[in-house]
Amino acid sequence: MTRTLRALLGACAVGALSTAAMAETTITVATVNNGDMVRMQGLMDDFYAKHPDIKVEWVTLEENVLRQNVTTDIATGGGQYDVITIGTYEVPIWGRQGWLVSLNDLPAEYDVDDLLPAIRGGLTVDGNLYAAPFYGESSMVMYRTDLMEAAGLTMPDAPTWADIEKAAAAMTDKSKEQYGICLRGKAGWGENMAFLTAMSNSFGARWFDENWMPQFDQPEWKATLDFYLNLMNNYGPPGASNNGFNENLTLFQQGKCGMWIDATVAASFVTNPNDSSVADKVGFALAPDNGLGKRANWLWAWSLAIPSSSDAQDAAKTFINWATNKDYLALVASKEGWANVPPGTRTSLYENPEYAKVPFAKMTLDSINAADPNNPTVKPVPYVGVQFVAIPEFQGIGTTVGEIFSAALAGQKTADQALAEAQAAVLEEMKASGYIQ
Amino acid sequence: MSTRSSRLAARGMVAPSVVLLLIWMVIPLSMTLYYSFRLYRLLSPDRTGWVGFNNYLWFFNAPEFWQALFNTLALVGGVLLVTVTLGVLIALLIDQPVKGQSFLRILVIAPFFVMPPVAASIWENLFMHPQNGLFAALARGFGMQPILFLEQYPMWSIIGIVSWEWLPFATLILLTALQSLSSEQLEAAEMDGAGAFARFRYIILPHLTRAITVVILIQTIFLLGIFGEIFTTTQGGPGSASTTLPYMIFKQAIAAKDIGRAAAGGIIAVILANIVAYFLMRGLGRNLDA
Repeated sequence: MTRTLRALLGACAVGALSTAAMAETTITVATVNNGDMVRMQGLMDDFYAKHPDIKVEWVTLEENVLRQNVTTDIATGGGQYDVITIGTYEVPIWGRQGWLVSLNDLPAEYDVDDLLPAIRGGLTVDGNLYAAPFYGESSMVMYRTDLMEAAGLTMPDAPTWADIEKAAAAMTDKSKEQYGICLRGKAGWGENMAFLTAMSNSFGARWFDENWMPQFDQPEWKATLDFYLNLMNNYGPPGASNNGFNENLTLFQQGKCGMWIDATVAASFVTNPNDSSVADKVGFALAPDNGLGKRANWLWAWSLAIPSSSDAQDAAKTFINWATNKDYLALVASKEGWANVPPGTRTSLYENPEYAKVPFAKMTLDSINAADPNNPTVKPVPYVGVQFVAIPEFQGIGTTVGEIFSAALAGQKTADQALAEAQAAVLEEMKASGYIQ
Repeated sequence: MSTRSSRLAARGMVAPSVVLLLIWMVIPLSMTLYYSFRLYRLLSPDRTGWVGFNNYLWFFNAPEFWQALFNTLALVGGVLLVTVTLGVLIALLIDQPVKGQSFLRILVIAPFFVMPPVAASIWENLFMHPQNGLFAALARGFGMQPILFLEQYPMWSIIGIVSWEWLPFATLILLTALQSLSSEQLEAAEMDGAGAFARFRYIILPHLTRAITVVILIQTIFLLGIFGEIFTTTQGGPGSASTTLPYMIFKQAIAAKDIGRAAAGGIIAVILANIVAYFLMRGLGRNLDA
């Protein structure tokens, strides 16, 4: 008798537990291991206090591994993740392929009109916002104020490529291992091609014409590559074909570079006195132009999106709204200070007088606003993207062309040979992919 | 004394593990074969279908393929040459009775325990780096321009790094073989008036043949698939100067996300490995027969 009673009680307890568990939704969030994303994981108490019925599991990965994992999961319909962290390259492609859930129905408090127009434009396909930006960046010139002064030059806020070359020549002193300019040379669509594609925009070059014909045989690309090779061979560090973001960051922090054109996020690293020997001697300027109306700066935003294979889309939307709205920025500011707020997504952040006190805040905003993913270069193009072409094939062809240009920088090929090879390789790939009949 | 029934029983006993091994090998191989004839790109999954030998043709027509093939063989051959030659010399050296011999042996073997990406990173940033590396500092000390190892001699640099990693393995095996050589034989030869070189040429080297064969066979298996060192240092560049076949397959699978081409590359690599193995076994295999 008592045994039956106990069993009944036990069954009731189990039943009560399982209903409680059913009310709680678990979402899996795949994210990149950068500082801003890791910081968010430390602030989750706020989310759980507001949404006790949602449990968040994190999968934190290095950028390339994240990209591989998420791409494989989404392409094979794996359904492993409910929220994924992706960039401005993936969003237009995946949105168009129906792999992402539209975020147009986020609550009014999200205030979608507050997003920076350039960033929002890069994440919207056919009027649907497919990802909520978490952090945005562009690129700009970082230069050594002391070396410029010693050379008797001043850096304009919006320099031209001629200004850059003049400054690079004046600051180079190879006997002291001091090089006028450090630029990316390591092959990869996210390494040297991010820089070179953005640079080519300012020279009026484009990857493809309106009929998807590769344009490496055009004079604009020749001008871009000639200028780049001349700059790097005369004023760049030796062995530059192996230098990517991290290598150049080290060289700049050691005081071996006069100028460095790279991501706006690097500004906080080179001005950090704990890591940088030149922290108090760095100035910032917009990425250079050539008087053609386009600047050589890129646009990137890590953004949160929901794969259509997710089975907890409402909970995922609740999470995205929490992680990317204005309250989150205020939450970070209250706990960690304004300098640590994820930059580059909202107009209201840059209108905030507290945030305006952060050095490089204005230059970051101006750089982001100067990029237009839908009209990246001077002539019309059939693609979206400033420093990339938002088509699935670009990871492959971007890397191939990056290798060819990297070989040209290493002196294995002339600029003409490199451009001819790039043209042939891209043309073949575009035919194989069915863009050109 | 095996009867027919006992042999049958023995076969029956071995069968499960043979079947398991077969499945272990056949399933991945047949899947790779299947995909190598398919158009299968992770980034545009709507376009699929049979493409015949197109994936293979793409490889053979790719300008970097023949270079990659040559680099793969150069890497294997170069590292074997360095490790076997230096391995014999170092084994002879540390076989001598000296003070602190056991400590010395540990020192010699140590590089083998450094993980490949770590070893490659150390070489890239601490030795070969054109601004911060030790070699650059030495060159400047002598008033010379630093050598741009990874830019101008990428394949030589990788052969150097991989040799450094595998030298301890060769040394270890050869040292063990040396220690099994009876000293009486050497003493007898010395009394008969054989010089140091003659003793090495006619007694030590023939004694080491089997050990050298083992070193060559085992190292070839591992060297054909070298990837981490290239990925960490040159990423196959500049251009495709240091791209090997495994690295080329990696680029198709991961950068281009083209599973069909990567699978075709995998099959080509399997065929290449079999050709190398065939010649190795024909040329060296008889050394292994007792």
